[in-house]
Order: sequence, then structure tokens, then C-alpha cells
Amino acid sequence: MYSQKVMDHFENPRNVGEIENADGVGQVGNPKCGDIMKMYLKIDNDVITDVKFKTFGCGAAVATSSMATEMIKGKTIEEALKVTNKAVAEALDGLPPAKMHCSNLAEEAIRAAIQDYFKKQNREFDGEVCSGCCDGCHIHHDEEDEEE
Amino acid sequence: MDKTIYMDHAATTFVKEEVLQEMLPFFTEKYGNASSIYALGRESKKAIEEAREKVAEVFNCDAREIFFTGSGTEADNWAIKGVAYANRSRGNHIITTTIEHHAVLHTCQYLEKEGFEVTYLPVDEYGMVSVEQLKEAITDKTILISVMFANNEIGTIQPIEEIGKIAKERGIYFHTDAVQAVGNIDIDVKKYNIDLLSLSAHKFYGPKGIGALYVRKGVKMNNFIQGGAQERGRRAGTENVAGIVGLAKALELATKDIDSHNKKLIALRDRLINEVLEKIPYTRLNGHPKKRLPGNVNFSFEFIEGESLLLMLDMKGIAASSGSACTSGSLDPSHVLLAIGLPHEIAHGSLRLSLGDDNTEEDIDYVLEVLPKIVNRLREMSPLYEEVKRGEKNV
Repeated sequence: MYSQKVMDHFENPRNVGEIENADGVGQVGNPKCGDIMKMYLKIDNDVITDVKFKTFGCGAAVATSSMATEMIKGKTIEEALKVTNKAVAEALDGLPPAKMHCSNLAEEAIRAAIQDYFKKQNREFDGEVCSGCCDGCHIHHDEEDEEE
Repeated sequence: MDKTIYMDHAATTFVKEEVLQEMLPFFTEKYGNASSIYALGRESKKAIEEAREKVAEVFNCDAREIFFTGSGTEADNWAIKGVAYANRSRGNHIITTTIEHHAVLHTCQYLEKEGFEVTYLPVDEYGMVSVEQLKEAITDKTILISVMFANNEIGTIQPIEEIGKIAKERGIYFHTDAVQAVGNIDIDVKKYNIDLLSLSAHKFYGPKGIGALYVRKGVKMNNFIQGGAQERGRRAGTENVAGIVGLAKALELATKDIDSHNKKLIALRDRLINEVLEKIPYTRLNGHPKKRLPGNVNFSFEFIEGESLLLMLDMKGIAASSGSACTSGSLDPSHVLLAIGLPHEIAHGSLRLSLGDDNTEEDIDYVLEVLPKIVNRLREMSPLYEEVKRGEKNV
């Protein structure tokens, strides 16, 4: 049911762990839903120099976390905020339809970590962050979600 | 993966060689339609009736009380809908439990839309139905009690004999879904006062696509499939002769020495349970510690999610299952685990290992070597475990 890329990122997840004194930390999801993603960012001059994650969740949740960290490492905050759940899923050669919400979690974890960074810097964060929970989210992530 | 350790016997089993050999001639040589008058047809008819006799003998009933179906699910559907519709003039109330298989639960939910009222009895922390609560739930409109013999997920064996006694006293039909119990528990339908019993061959080393329903003589119920005169006109359709022969052979093998079969499985099961609980902290056993199916093991590992666990076990050649939402295809984890009171997050981290005749002590050794490492690896990756290690969360 999963692509080879998903299985590779699940079996050998990149950037697992924590960053001490991280510049931004974001946690989304809910244990009730079975998915929690926590993302740690090290940021220098608005550039993400290091990123780590921890995830409680299914194979797709682990793989999307891993892929998302790869996609934002070395990027500016502005670029990282443009990483969509769709882009993460595409980079993994797709996810089963029932698992698309896992990729929302990755997108929201990035946003939550950056929001935390802005907060620590007393800067204003322009945008919304949802909890990433399956049914608690009212932010539409992409067109497919809106159709549901 | 060169090595497969199959520990999902509650999902399905392999077909035993003796069973297969018994079935094979009915595909190529003895292929006659049992309704045909010539020798080839009569041969099929004879094979079916001999199989029916064998099945009846196992359950201590008459061969005319055994009906072959396409699956255990079909047997459940027929039992419940058949009794419900035929007895509507007597009442519209059905009693079942919250932990039934979906074949029973969804059938009951369907009947609710048809105007029937259904009471879903709760279970205790071990997944056991209370006989007292059952008694209280009975009304003068109750026409059917359907309680599974043993649970497919957590293995808990229900007080079937007591329930049968109550049903008989109150003049209510009693159906039991015995799909998981057959081959593990010696079942005498007369002793247990069972009116209807469902079973499925592929759970006891028989083929898929064949099940059976025992219907006590005198039970008022509707026919299930309209068509020809097969199964005495109650379940029409050309008989799956090879399947029927396979079911009977598998049942004969599975019930000829239940005690020694169980003794072996219980020893493996209890060793697996005890050593996993010893080796892996923050783990609970789901289901009753003693009154459980001989091959059933069901754990919840805190802070991890079941699908990830299954994927990692699969990479190591271990086939198992989980009640996590991610494996059920819905947002909610298993209804059975929620019914025994587990919070969602703990239900998500469940693992069922169901042992069978092919499992050995070496298989248990291997699981005991691999499983703790996998659980640990997933926990190291889990933000929930991080909180525990820091002592932020009280467990």
C-alpha cells in the first residue's frame, strides 16, 4: 500500500531526534487521533540550519515527517512556509488516500515550529496554525480537502 | 524476507495438507452438481451429506440442523436477520454486545434502521459480558440474544453456558458467533443451550469461502437466499462441494484432540505474555488473563502506534495485526479496545499475536528477541515517550 520511498523514509527516517535550545519547536496532532509530530528547528538569520523531529504515528506519519525535514533543511523560513502537504506527499511518490491527513500534520508541524520561532523573536506570525488533529482542523489544506 | 513467522491465525490459517488432499478430487474428477441425478452428481451429494454428518457429530446435533454458507459473516447475517424478521410479531428487541465482530454489529445496526431495537451490552475491563446485565436487559419484546463465544481481538471467552441457560428459561433464541472458538473449545450445542451457531472453516486450517450455521430444529427463522432447493431450500445456490468437504475434514482434525492442542498453545501463549510484560515496560495485556483463547495474545504498548509496529515486525518477517485506527481504515481505534475502557492513545498502540499449530518455541524466542527492540526504537522516535523520560507526564 505504501510506495518504496515511503517505506525507505519509514525504515530509515532522516533527522530523528531533538535539538537542545532549538530556536523553534512545534508540536501538532493529538494522541487521541493516533498522530503527533514534534519538530525542532535551528535557525540562523532566517535560514533553517538544522531540523529534527519526533513522531508518534503510523508509517505514513513517520515518512512524511522525515521527508518534510529533508525538504526544509537549509531553506529560508519563507521557503519552508511554502512547503505544502501536497508537495511532501508528492516527494514520497504519493500516499494512500486514507493517509493524506498525515501529510497535513507535517505541513502544520513546520508552521508551528516557525510560529514558535517568531514568538521567541517577538515577531508577528502572519498565518494560521491548526492543531493538526484529524477532525479538529478547520483550515483547508488543499483543494482535495475542500472537496471532502 | 526469507523467514516468515506467522502469528495472525485469528485472521486466517493455512490449509492443512490432509484437508487439501480431501478437497482436490472435487475440483477435477468429482465435479458433479449435487442436484444432478446421474452418478457424478450423486457422488457430490453423498460427499456433502457425509460432511454434514461429521459436522453435526462434533457439535452434538442432528445433520439436518447444519447448513453450509459462504462464510462466517454470512452465517451471522442469516442467523440474526433470519430470526429477527421471522419473529417480528413476537417482538423487536435484540440483545448483543459492544465487542461483537462487525458481521454481527453491522447486521444489528442494519436492523435498527429496519425498526428493531438493539441493546449492546457493555463488557468489563477484561472484555467479559455480565450475566446480570444481560438478565436486566431482557424485556418481553426480546426475541434474540447474540453473544460471541470468544472475542477475535482480545480472546476473552464469554460465559456461554450461563447465557444459554438464561435464554432457554426466558424462551429467547440464543445465537453465538463461534468463529474464533471452534477448534479451540469443545462445543456441545445441547449442553450450552445454543439455538444458532456460526463458524468459518478458514479459522481452523480449512479453506476460505465456506462457513456453516447450526440452527436448532424448531427455531423459527426466514430462509436466506432464494433460488434452488439446496440446503433444503433455505440457502439456495450450487454447493461448494470441495469447500464443504474441506470444512468437515478440517473440523474433524481440529476437534479430535482439543486438549493437547490447547495445552501446547497455552504454554507458548503464556510464555510470550509473561516474557513480553517482563521485558517491555509500559505494556498491558488486553483481555482476560485466563479465560482467553489458547492462541490469543494482545498487548498495548504505550507511546507507540500499532501500524508502525506492524510494518517493522513485517520487515523482520513477523506477521501480526493491530487494533490501531491506521490499520482499521477509520479514525477510531478498535471498538473492542475502546469497549474494555482503553483510552484512544493506548488502543492505537495495540498488537495482536495469534498463535497456531505451526508456531514453535523458536518462534517465541525470535519474537522475544525482535519485539522489544522494535518497541524501543519506536518509543525513541515518539514525542510522548520523550515527555515520560523527562518526567513531565505521570504514567
